[in-house]
Amino acid sequence: MMKSVIAENLVKTYDNGRVRALDGLSLDVSEGTVLGVLGPNGAGKTTTVRVLSTLITPDSGSAQVAGIDVIKHPEKVREVIGLSGQYAAVDETLTGWDNLIMFGRLYHLSAAQAKIRATELLNQFNLTDAAKRPIKTYSGGMRRRLDLAASLIVHPKILFLDEPTTGLDPRGRKEMWGVIKGLVEEGTTLLLTTQYLEEADQLADEIVVVDHGKVIARGTADSLKRDIGGERLEIVVELTDLAKSQEIVAKVASGKVNVEEDLGRISAPVSTGSRALIDAARQLDESSIHPLDIGLKRPSLDDVFIALTGHAAEEEKSEPEVKAGKRGR
Amino acid sequence: MSNTKSASAISDALIITKRQMLQLFRVPEVLIFSTIQPVMFVVLFRFVFGGSISTGIPGVDYVQLLMPGIFVQTVAFTLAGTAVGLAEDMQKGLIDRFRSLPISRSAVVFGRALGDGLLNVVVLTVMGITGFIVGWRPTSGALNIFFGFLFLLLFGFAMAWIGILIGLSVREARVASSVVFIAVFPLTFLSNAFAPTTGMPKILQYFAEWNPVSTMVAGCRELFGLENLFGVTANSLPSQHPLQMSLLYMFLIMAIFIPLSVRKYVRASSKK
Repeated sequence: MMKSVIAENLVKTYDNGRVRALDGLSLDVSEGTVLGVLGPNGAGKTTTVRVLSTLITPDSGSAQVAGIDVIKHPEKVREVIGLSGQYAAVDETLTGWDNLIMFGRLYHLSAAQAKIRATELLNQFNLTDAAKRPIKTYSGGMRRRLDLAASLIVHPKILFLDEPTTGLDPRGRKEMWGVIKGLVEEGTTLLLTTQYLEEADQLADEIVVVDHGKVIARGTADSLKRDIGGERLEIVVELTDLAKSQEIVAKVASGKVNVEEDLGRISAPVSTGSRALIDAARQLDESSIHPLDIGLKRPSLDDVFIALTGHAAEEEKSEPEVKAGKRGR
Repeated sequence: MSNTKSASAISDALIITKRQMLQLFRVPEVLIFSTIQPVMFVVLFRFVFGGSISTGIPGVDYVQLLMPGIFVQTVAFTLAGTAVGLAEDMQKGLIDRFRSLPISRSAVVFGRALGDGLLNVVVLTVMGITGFIVGWRPTSGALNIFFGFLFLLLFGFAMAWIGILIGLSVREARVASSVVFIAVFPLTFLSNAFAPTTGMPKILQYFAEWNPVSTMVAGCRELFGLENLFGVTANSLPSQHPLQMSLLYMFLIMAIFIPLSVRKYVRASSKK
């Protein structure tokens, strides 16, 4: 398959080499697919997007977007990409309409074309009613949608979305996912960064996990979940019930049962989801065991990291991405 | 090819300028407050100092010397708005978005300088009318008065480039406005704008004499039909040829700050 985005051995350092934001990162995105770049704050996700969207030049390494060399011909790359960042990069004093017209004109659409496109996009993103209001009055989700709309004005072949749902409430996140899925159906090639495994799972065809400026794992959401065991059943019981409970959990588990005796906590991977939970609960009840806590745990980014690296996805305060997250509003 | 390129660079810049005009339209408070302050200055200086500062010229009122001084001070201070506006655009990631668009690398900063230049048209008009109400009467004829205002607008355009560099260099909008205040406030007071420099300590007199604000003020006074008597302490070049010196200063400011600003913009990533 044609590769729309190729990055090879990207290195970017800050503070005279003391911070290695990118440390030999390589990835590629096939045409018409979605790549999820998953990692904690400071892993190098934003820096990757900034290199690929020509905002910064890497210290070394190479990258092509739509077959164009990012370092040699950034101006040509800018004609085929759309970029939407972690924060809504639009003029907040202007209305949604004003912003879309301005960006349309900056993409060299005629005044008439810009108006047609603005109308289409406002409609597509459910913002028609808010078109004449200043962005300042928009909710977080509306701002992000407008920001995304602004990056789609000229139907870019390749779209970079840097943490499109960070900071949104669950409803805003769901709306945004719907919008992004719609774009993917239209055939846009998408590179999306996220801190949420669930988001990558929902949207991406393929996922790369980054840490310390490098790709540490690559695969589909399913294969990554297989690696880390998918859903886990977790119960906490009195120490006196520990042995019996462990037996019960073992019956419903699909893998190795893990027991933390000091905490009275028993956990194990399960493949049947809530079925396993109900079975376990019934059997515990039949044995007159009343767990202090019982539940299904979906794998989180931390679980992926613990499984892949043996350490949790810690935040590294020295890295530029962390500062980026705190900027803006 | 290069013709269409520069044509689109100009039209890109004009879109950015239009954005600023739209902002003024959407948030008219900005324009109202940026005119109230200079108007207040005109009225206060006119009536607070007007009575106690003698111009030393028979028949010439303080207000005649004051107005060119306040014009120059106000125009110089508009670079604060430029710096703050750009710093905010940086903070909000708007500059990143502009930089990811297929537009000329100088469009955003040129559009900004032009927009702030146009804002000065409004401010100067309101101030001129206020001045007229409190007794300012330029005597040099329509053409020279027109040149006087053009001269002020050009100064505003040149100074905007300093604001652009400051705005792109600081991390926070609040810092931008303090940097500008610290830099511009002394410049406007260590000049002949409000009082004769002859009362200053010798060393400050020399500074005031070569200060671009002084040459601008002296140049404006000439264009508005006054002999410039404030600040002539020696037969120095700036006090003898204030117009030419001012043009030279403006040229130097632009020759230094336009390339620096464009360069900064091209490399500006909102952080490091």
